[in-house]
Amino acid sequence: MIHRPHVDWFALSPSLAMIGATAVLLLVAVLVPRRARKPVAAAGAGAGFVAAFVLAVVLAAKSPGAKVEIADSIFRDRWAALAQVLVAGCGVVAVLLSYGERWREEHLAEYYALLTAAGAGMAFFVQASNLMTLFLGLEWFSISLYVLCAIDIDLVGSLEAGLKYLIVGAVGSATLLFGSALVYGATGQLGFDRIGSAGHTHDSLLVLGLAMVIAGLAFKASAAPFHMWTPDAYTGAPTPVTAFMSSATKVAALVVTYRLLVTAFPGEEHLWTWAIAGIACASLAIGNIAALAQRNVKRLLAYSSVSHAGFMLIPIAAANALGARALLYYLIPYCAMSLGAFGAIAARERELGVPVTLDNLAGFGWERPLLGGAMATFMLGFLGFPPTGGFLGKFYAFSAAYRHGWWWLIVVGVAATIVSAAYYLAVIRAMYFRESAELQLAPAGGSPPRDLPLQTGVVLCLAVTIGSFFAVQPLIDAAHAAAGALPF
Amino acid sequence: MTNWLTTILIVLPAAGALLVWLVPMPRRWVGSLSTLVALVEVGVWIAALERFDFDRGGLQLDQRHTWFRDLGVSWHVGQFAFSLWLVGLTVVCGAAASMYAWWVGRERPRAYFGLLLFLTGAVVGVFSAQDLLVFYAFFEAMLVPLYVLIGVWGGAGRMRATITFVVYTVAGSLLMLAAIVVYGLQQGTFDLTRMGTSSNDWLFLGFAIAFAVKAPLWPFHGWLPAAYRESPAEVSALLSGVISKVAAYGFLRIAIRQFPGPTHDLRVPILVLASIGLVYGSLLAFRAPDIRGVVAYSSLAQMGLITYGLFAANALGTDGAVLQMVNHGLISTTLFLLAGMVERRAATGELVLLGGMARGRPALATVLMATGVIALAVPLSSNFAGEFLILAGVFQQGWGWGVVGAGAIVLAAMYMLRLISAVLHEQPGPAVTDAALDLRGAELGIVVPLVGLLIALSAWPAAISGHSFP
Repeated sequence: MIHRPHVDWFALSPSLAMIGATAVLLLVAVLVPRRARKPVAAAGAGAGFVAAFVLAVVLAAKSPGAKVEIADSIFRDRWAALAQVLVAGCGVVAVLLSYGERWREEHLAEYYALLTAAGAGMAFFVQASNLMTLFLGLEWFSISLYVLCAIDIDLVGSLEAGLKYLIVGAVGSATLLFGSALVYGATGQLGFDRIGSAGHTHDSLLVLGLAMVIAGLAFKASAAPFHMWTPDAYTGAPTPVTAFMSSATKVAALVVTYRLLVTAFPGEEHLWTWAIAGIACASLAIGNIAALAQRNVKRLLAYSSVSHAGFMLIPIAAANALGARALLYYLIPYCAMSLGAFGAIAARERELGVPVTLDNLAGFGWERPLLGGAMATFMLGFLGFPPTGGFLGKFYAFSAAYRHGWWWLIVVGVAATIVSAAYYLAVIRAMYFRESAELQLAPAGGSPPRDLPLQTGVVLCLAVTIGSFFAVQPLIDAAHAAAGALPF
Repeated sequence: MTNWLTTILIVLPAAGALLVWLVPMPRRWVGSLSTLVALVEVGVWIAALERFDFDRGGLQLDQRHTWFRDLGVSWHVGQFAFSLWLVGLTVVCGAAASMYAWWVGRERPRAYFGLLLFLTGAVVGVFSAQDLLVFYAFFEAMLVPLYVLIGVWGGAGRMRATITFVVYTVAGSLLMLAAIVVYGLQQGTFDLTRMGTSSNDWLFLGFAIAFAVKAPLWPFHGWLPAAYRESPAEVSALLSGVISKVAAYGFLRIAIRQFPGPTHDLRVPILVLASIGLVYGSLLAFRAPDIRGVVAYSSLAQMGLITYGLFAANALGTDGAVLQMVNHGLISTTLFLLAGMVERRAATGELVLLGGMARGRPALATVLMATGVIALAVPLSSNFAGEFLILAGVFQQGWGWGVVGAGAIVLAAMYMLRLISAVLHEQPGPAVTDAALDLRGAELGIVVPLVGLLIALSAWPAAISGHSFP
């Protein structure tokens, strides 16, 4: 007779809500007539994400202490629950951004099904408390994302994006798996906290395993030098998918990285803080310098997301409670800005019918005041200007670095920000400083389409970007409670 | 103690900006509405002036709310006597700029006037902030409207102007952010009124460089000529009249007060930079080929003089510096607006193409002459009072500084008189036709109050110099 563990269904509920939505959407793909499929599928996916959002909020409220559930395989705590809130929130906005995209009718429901499946995988991934569930969650959402990248076969580069992401992602997954095996070999344990108590710093097997695990997770966070898939995948993928990838994947990867490092490898802190700081510096340098040379806006934002991975690794390298708060706080405006910026690009793409570059962005700010103003705000937020949450995110990240005693990391971050001013402001310059009359455009025809869901999504992102600047205290309180789940 | 006046002073223009941006309204309402908001703002400032107790001194009209607890950051705003004067300068110049833009009829008025109001609010915020992070947030927030105002409505060379402007200022201000993080975490709070002093030279330099770029002080003035030439006239007016005072205020409120040790150690190098800027700026102003060039470089020179006063480290010098900040703010705002008015008539600001404009244009001649004469510090003018106090103050640091400063005042007379004669006198230039009319009533309505304020200050300079550090 097999021993069956006690299953805490409520702890799994955010994932389950999204899996449920996936199942429903797959049925929608075959049962609902083609005409009604678009609204029904979008509504189903939206309902799944909203349900997951609400359940994650409730889960956060009802999990005051950190507990390991279901045969030590998942955590039930606020750190994971808050990350799930963010992932589900990103999903809701991604659905809004996707609605107006010109998808092939026959794969519409499958698209939304994959989106919710990816969300469910991330929600599961952030709860992982042993190396098995960690890898399972990672593959779960990665495979969904590979397909999502390649789903729009009419789009030039979409297939290429999916393939590149698949191949490089597979290397990343393999590295993570190999590293996990080494860690298991060194300690004989799978659970994070047990690895933490069993590991010995002088065990070179463990250290090698740690290095490979960090590399594997850095692939997902698209931190340099593991970022090489990012520009191609972000550029080639359908823009709503890019928006979801750049926000939710980053939440999942970074949140799990922090948890894994402080829970499973507290004895090796002197090693991994330096490793993470090194990766952060590399990301800041490569992301910002490469972004300077870009004309394609999606590619520019892809490099910008590499550089932001660097900024968000700074609080991880700090390895203190302030850093944990800083990471969770930073992720909130970052997700909003990233989703919103790609949303605005999607709108421009739909009205032009060609990839958006800095040149054909000319006059966008005057033609579409709402989207242009929002896009400008997101750029200023990425740059870290008030009044956006991006400013305070950087402030917190730098503070965490200082608390760790690493003032030089602040200097690196500041230098990177100065460089980034050049390309973020270039986007604003492209939108406002030139008239569209100066350029010969190839419009898709007619006046720009009314896209209410997309505008709603962008306005939501705008509200979060600016709101997180003013309402810092409640967000920091939530992050504080979440960080309490980590052992500091 | 809670008092909403300072918060209202900051939020009112920002709210006006949001109103202009978000509420649909006919185009022709926008200019008048914005000017109305700017004038109400002046009224609020007068109310604040009435309530300010100059006998008591210290921080007044302040308000404090916790913003986020764990790092000790709070929304703490309030007024010192000297900051109240600078806020007054800001709201007056902001109103003048708004009126001028309304009169000129800028394109895309909703965006333009919204940005002007937002800028005013941000500058008032900088002068009122008593928390380092709030100060920094407003300091950075100023940059965005300036960037767009120059980039969209600027002259032909605006792209280069905005890029140099942004590169300089962003580099400077982010160094300050690093210094703020370190300083605030060392002290455990970001509230300026509760922070202790620091003796760390690096932190002081982080602040000092940011302010030196913003002022600008030599050799950080690389952005100045292009930005002042390419901006719309009223934006140049605000840049040199008001924004540069933010830097001087930063030196006064933060660099000097919080870092007494480094201030003492680095006084001589800073005074040397100020001297170079003073002489070099004056010489360039004398050689500049256009009106705006003269005013721009004279601004560089004047900022050097104000820095003299600030780092004289005595009551005479700082009193004079605050008076001179207000003087120079009013003078350069007036001169830039006049430059804009002349450029509208002659379609150029090149001095060789101008000349002889006094004939048949008495109002223009009178206003320009009056402003120029005050600017070159004739005795009995407010500028004379300010410069005299500064020189008397810096003399106590060493007679050499006094000699350089006095020499620069002679140079100021040279470039100002050259400007006046090149525009008003000599033979009529090729760009000056009979179609170039005298100043209109509306234009006089903008510049005459500014000149009136200067004359009032000339009559009673102690209104500011005697009421800045009670």
